[in-house]
Amino acid sequence: MNTTLRIRRFNPEQKTPAPFFQEYNLELEASDSVLDGLIKVRETLDDSLALRCSCRGAICGSCGMRINGHAALACKTKIISATKDSQTIHVEPMNNMPVIKDLITDMSPFWEKIRQIQPWLQPSTPIPEAEHVAPAEAMNHLSGVMTCIMCGVCVSDCTVLEVDSKFVGPAALAKAYRFVADPRDDATTRRLTALNEPGGMWDCTRCMECIQVCPKGVGPMDRIMSLRAKGIDEQLPSTTGSRHAEVFTDIIKNKGILDEPMLAVRTFGFRNVRRLIGMIPIAIQSFRHKKIAPSGPLHRAIPGIDQIKRLFKRASVENHTFRNK
Amino acid sequence: MKYAFFPGCVSKGACPELYQSVMQVYPKIGIDLEEMTTAACTGAGVLQEKDPRLGDVINARTFALAEQQNLPIMTICSTCQGVMSQANHRMTTDGEYLAEINQILGEEGLAYRGTTNIRHFIWILLEDVGEDVLRRAITQPLTGLRAAPFYGCYLQRPTEALQFDQHPDRPKALERVIEILGAEVVDFPGKSRCCGFPILTINEKNSLNMVATHTMNAKSHGADIMVTPCPLCHLNLDGMQAKAGNQQNTAIDLPILHLPQLLGLAMDMDPKSLGFNRNFVSPHSTLQKLATVVSS
Repeated sequence: MNTTLRIRRFNPEQKTPAPFFQEYNLELEASDSVLDGLIKVRETLDDSLALRCSCRGAICGSCGMRINGHAALACKTKIISATKDSQTIHVEPMNNMPVIKDLITDMSPFWEKIRQIQPWLQPSTPIPEAEHVAPAEAMNHLSGVMTCIMCGVCVSDCTVLEVDSKFVGPAALAKAYRFVADPRDDATTRRLTALNEPGGMWDCTRCMECIQVCPKGVGPMDRIMSLRAKGIDEQLPSTTGSRHAEVFTDIIKNKGILDEPMLAVRTFGFRNVRRLIGMIPIAIQSFRHKKIAPSGPLHRAIPGIDQIKRLFKRASVENHTFRNK
Repeated sequence: MKYAFFPGCVSKGACPELYQSVMQVYPKIGIDLEEMTTAACTGAGVLQEKDPRLGDVINARTFALAEQQNLPIMTICSTCQGVMSQANHRMTTDGEYLAEINQILGEEGLAYRGTTNIRHFIWILLEDVGEDVLRRAITQPLTGLRAAPFYGCYLQRPTEALQFDQHPDRPKALERVIEILGAEVVDFPGKSRCCGFPILTINEKNSLNMVATHTMNAKSHGADIMVTPCPLCHLNLDGMQAKAGNQQNTAIDLPILHLPQLLGLAMDMDPKSLGFNRNFVSPHSTLQKLATVVSS
C-alpha cells in the first residue's frame, strides 16, 4: 500500500539546528511495521535518517518514538493500524527527553531516574551463596511489572514530566514498586519514605497515558496507585496527597457524596493557615458566581448511606484479609 | 429512551451549572432521565488509591441498583464514566472477581449480574439520540464559533475499558458533536491530555502549568471557547484559569463551556437558564460573537 512517512528531523550539526518535517512516499505491506518502513526509507531513499533499533520484536526496547502523536515501539506498530485514519503516518522522537538526532533521544534522564529509586534487591538477611530464592507463588504478582523493557515510551507521554522534569516518572515508579512488592526486599519503608517526598509517587495525575502506551502491559500508573496504598498502610508521615486520599474516603463513607470545600480544608489541615488563606479568593469567586447551593456548601448524606457505610466496613475487612493472604 | 441518571458529585456541588444545563437540554432530544438519588460517588480514582476493591464494591452497588431499575446509566462526567467503565470492565471480564464482589454485596441483599450499560451523555447523543434528532433540535447553529474540544483523561483512556474498538466514533465524539452543532472544531495537541485537576491540592504549580499550557495553546490555535464533557476539567480550566494566567504573567481569558451549555446555545436557550453566569471566565465575548453572526 502507498504510504507517506512524515518524519520530524533534527540535525545538530547544521549551522542553525532546528527541527523540521520531511515526507517520504513509499510502498509498504499492511503487515509491515512502522520500523520496517523507516528502515526502508534509510536503505532506499535517505541514508541520513537516524533512528535507534535492534531486535525488531518488542524485546529490546530501542525503537520507542511517537507515532501519530502517541509514543509506541515502531517495531510493534503495524502499518495497517497506523494508517487507520490517514495514509500519512506522523513519526517523531519521544517526548520529555532531549533529541540527539532525528528519532534518537538521549535516554540519560531516564536512566538517572531509574537509578534514583535504587533498582536492586536490598535484603536484610546475610548474602546467600547463590540466588535469593523466593517461592514462585510469592513472585507471581510481579510478573506483569517485571516485563518492563525500559523503552521509555511511558516517560515520553507522561503529562507531569511535560511540566516538571523533576518528577521521578512512571517507569522509575513502576520499577520501585517491583522492589517494594518483592518479598525478599527489606527496604520497603525506606523506599516508600523516599517516594513520599515531592516529585515522588503523589505527583502523578492519574492521567493513564502510561497505561495506554506501555507496549508490554506493565501498567505503570496502577503500580503508582499500589505504592500509594502501601504508603498509607505503612503509616508514613502524611503528605497532602495521602491526606487527600484519606479525607476523600472518609467523606464518601459518611455522606456518599463529596463535599469539595471540606475535602480541601481537611486535606490542607486546619492549622495550614497559608493554604487556607490561599483558598479565600476562590471561595469569594464561588459565592459571587452563585456556585454555592442555597442550602450551603456542604451536602447532607445521601439516602441509603447506612448501607454504604456497611459496605465500606465489609469491603475493608475483606480487603485486609485479601492483602494478608 | 430512558436512563438511570448518575449526576456525579461535582454537578451537585461546585459545578451546579452543569446539572442546570443538562436538565434544560435533555427534554429537547427525546430522552428521559430517572435520577439515581441513592447512588454513591464513584471514588473518582481517589478512593481507588487507598483501596481499589472498595471502589469496585461501591460502583457494583450502583450498577446493581440500575439493574433493578432495568435501565442503562447515563453519566455527565468523564471521570465518573471512566471510573465506572474500568470497574465494570474488571468485573465483567473476570467472573471470579465479580463473585467476590457479589459476596460482599450479597449481605445487603444486592447482586450485580454484569449487565448494566454505562454511558456518558456525549456517547448517548451520538449512539442513541442520533445525528438526525440532534440536528432537528438545533434552532441556532453555532456558525462562526471556533470551539476547542477538551475530553478529560477518563473519557480517552484506557481504550479497552471504554470499548473504543466496538464504538469507533467514541475517540472523536466531541469533535463530531461540535460539528453537528454548526461550530468549527479547533484541533490542538492538548485536547486529550490532563487538565491537572487531580494534583491541584498536591502540586498546585504543576496543576496550573497544565491549565495554562492547554488554554493558551487552544487560544493560539484560534479557539473562541473550549468545551468539555468533564466537570473536573472545568473546575481547573475555568476556575483556576486566572491564577494559571498569573503564574505565566498573562491573562488567558478563554471561556470554558460544559457540553450541555454548548448544546443549549445551539438550541437558542437563554444563557442564564444554562448557568452561564456561574462560569468564572465570562462567556460574554462568545455570546456577543454568536449574536453578531446571527444578526448579520
